Amino acid sequence: MIFCKDLSVSYGDRVVLDHFSLKIPDTGVTALSGPSGCGKTTLLRVLAGLERPRNGTVEGISPRQTAILFQDDRLLPWRTVKQHLTDVLPRERWGEAPALLALTELEGEEHTFPAALSGGMGRRLALARCLALPARLYLLDEPFAGVDLPRVLRILERLRALPAPVLLVSHEPAVLSAADTVMELNGPPLRSVDL
Amino acid sequence: MGWTKPLKKLLYALPAPAFWLGVWQLCAFWVDRRVGGRGNELQMPYPISVWNALVAMVGTGDFWSTVLASLGRIAMGLGWGILLGAVLAVLTCSSSWCDRLLSPAVRVIRAAPVASFILLVLLWAGRGRTPAIISALMVLPVVWDNLSRGIQAVDPRLLEMAKCYRFSRWKTAVLVSLPALRPYILTALSTAAGLAWKSGVAAEVLCLPKPSLGQRIYYTKYYLEIPELFAWTAVTVALSMALERLLRACLARWGRGWGR
Repeated sequence: MIFCKDLSVSYGDRVVLDHFSLKIPDTGVTALSGPSGCGKTTLLRVLAGLERPRNGTVEGISPRQTAILFQDDRLLPWRTVKQHLTDVLPRERWGEAPALLALTELEGEEHTFPAALSGGMGRRLALARCLALPARLYLLDEPFAGVDLPRVLRILERLRALPAPVLLVSHEPAVLSAADTVMELNGPPLRSVDL
Repeated sequence: MGWTKPLKKLLYALPAPAFWLGVWQLCAFWVDRRVGGRGNELQMPYPISVWNALVAMVGTGDFWSTVLASLGRIAMGLGWGILLGAVLAVLTCSSSWCDRLLSPAVRVIRAAPVASFILLVLLWAGRGRTPAIISALMVLPVVWDNLSRGIQAVDPRLLEMAKCYRFSRWKTAVLVSLPALRPYILTALSTAAGLAWKSGVAAEVLCLPKPSLGQRIYYTKYYLEIPELFAWTAVTVALSMALERLLRACLARWGRGWGR
């Protein structure tokens, strides 16, 4: 289990996480849902080590053992689809790039630049790049924005088979119903959730 | 048809130079009418006189050795200016201490009159090296300024992504920062190529290294060979434009496909 214990984060006067505690399952897909601005992204950023909490700790995992998919794609316009994966994969694992492209249904786009991809394809490339990183916990912020529903469900099924657990943020009812665990969050500030 | 595209390009490119050639011809004609005799050749020669002078020059072996010697000096100055400007930009952007120390010096170089530098460098380095050093000194602040602005404008979200995805410093520089700097590098090189030629030839005119375009320009003034002065100036402009185009072409290859 991964534990977030008593986390507090604030931006100026605005408290986003207020003594927030959470248990994240070791396996499967856990979905976080809640109103916009309630602190879901902040929670992922704390787990990824991008935000330092004012108070509290994360136990069971270190930021270097996580891989985060940002809310925006953050693709490099000058790198092809395949290069995005080989930039992240260690050289000895470059052979895994086709499997990642198959997982996100981007086969045949290896040599395409991001400007030529649709919004959904760009999102799937960002997801593939995140999954290329060896991690013990994948943090996915709105991974299926702009992706069609049948494809979302197929990819979600493949995410479930990953060796590491996935914690994702989504507002999509179909994603929430397909996830192994769903946590409804309220806020801001976020209050603790007991499983 | 295969020939329509080049023809269209030619028809698109031709009117502007043709217009300015016409203006030049009219001005020369007007001066000829007012001054007459050789006065016309001293103040505003006809385009055909300049063309004839150019053709006569190009046929001599001296012309090519002169052009190559100046090209070598100025390309060397341009290269050093770009290298030093880039190193300074990285230093001033990565450390506030370096910025406080080095930025005023670069700004002084940018603001100081080029003639003062030419005379000083002539005293310190001798006539052979002065044009290259002056070109480098004039190019350096332009490259520094553009690259500094470019480095500060690199998307912080991409840098955060690079950090999260465990890119090394070198990998971040090569895969994220350097390509993001491309438009700034393009602007810097275009401006720098023109400046290197202007300042380098000005230094050659004052230092008279042998052989050099500046020395030839100086002697045309000395012997009042104004068509030759125009011809050497045209050669300098053509070389400057060719160098700029070459640099742009190299960068265009680097960025091919990104926008598609």
